[in-house]
Amino acid sequence: MKVQDIVDKLGLKVCSGSAGLNREIEGGYTSDLLSDVMGNADENQVWITLQTHKNIMAIASLKELAAIILVKGYEPEADAAEQSNVEGIPILSSEEEAFELTGKLFDLLKK
Amino acid sequence: MKVFRADLHTHTVLSPCGDLEMSPVNIVRIAKERGVDILGITDHNSTLHAALIRQLAEKEGIMVMMGAEVTTKEEVHCLCFFETEHLLSDFQIYLDQHLPKIPNDTKYFGYQVVVNEEEEIVQEIDNLLISGLNQGINEVEQKVHELKGLFIPAHINKAQNSIISQLGFLPPDLKVDALEISMHITKDEFLSKNKYLKGYTFIQSSDAHYVDNIGNVCSRLTMKEASFSEIRMALKGEDGRTVELEKGNR
Repeated sequence: MKVQDIVDKLGLKVCSGSAGLNREIEGGYTSDLLSDVMGNADENQVWITLQTHKNIMAIASLKELAAIILVKGYEPEADAAEQSNVEGIPILSSEEEAFELTGKLFDLLKK
Repeated sequence: MKVFRADLHTHTVLSPCGDLEMSPVNIVRIAKERGVDILGITDHNSTLHAALIRQLAEKEGIMVMMGAEVTTKEEVHCLCFFETEHLLSDFQIYLDQHLPKIPNDTKYFGYQVVVNEEEEIVQEIDNLLISGLNQGINEVEQKVHELKGLFIPAHINKAQNSIISQLGFLPPDLKVDALEISMHITKDEFLSKNKYLKGYTFIQSSDAHYVDNIGNVCSRLTMKEASFSEIRMALKGEDGRTVELEKGNR
């Protein structure tokens, strides 16, 4: 499944990094502690968080994540969006809370 | 030049987690007994005890750095200091604007009270002070520097509420005046795991919530006098001023 597929199926907004919409997704990780994501997320996962600070992009890049989804309608800070465009790692946004969104993504990826 | 013992991170009874014994009068008395020359008053998201403690401490020859320990939107704790009561009250307005209106439940979090010199309660704060502001760390940093203050991420080695736990690492472009480590670690131990931070100035403080902890660990500032501008210079390492850390022997 590609990032574009979950954008369509989960009705996500593409905030930045649209060049990366064809990235392949191999799972997901939900956490708001960046140190935890750094330690536990795996390559090509989608990361679900409410953090909007620029550091989310550094972590995403370091861990080679497929995309970041911000919950509750949050938008990335300007410098985070800029970095996302440079790296081609999309930052997406959902109106839903982490619990619902994680459940739906889990279901999608299970199929 | 003189050496000053500075404990720049203490909580009063105003912080929900601050012990009821942490009244302005007690704090000053213990700080004096413990040989603290410079005392930082840093309640969670509030500055309301700082001015009174400064007045009381002045009589004992202790200089007070007035400030707060702010919780940012990312739940990073940061020490923020201001030179005058006027600048401090401007910052208090900012805190009041941006603290979520979540009532404090004293059963779980403890009391949030302002007391006077006679230890009478003069004000009880309704909104929970340990919530995160709705302001990101960059916004808080900008506000502090706009008010000519000092901005110091607190206990950055800790696994909770530190910039490293919340944001993974210190953003290289964040304008910090120093970094604080907790009393549980030495600077060398910390730097051995965080080599990229070796160019920064470090302070170490007690983070006292109980009178017994005041001055347990201090930073030793070498400078001309105990003033805000001298402390700023010491943190920058200007003109021979230095900051060294001591580990408490209690």
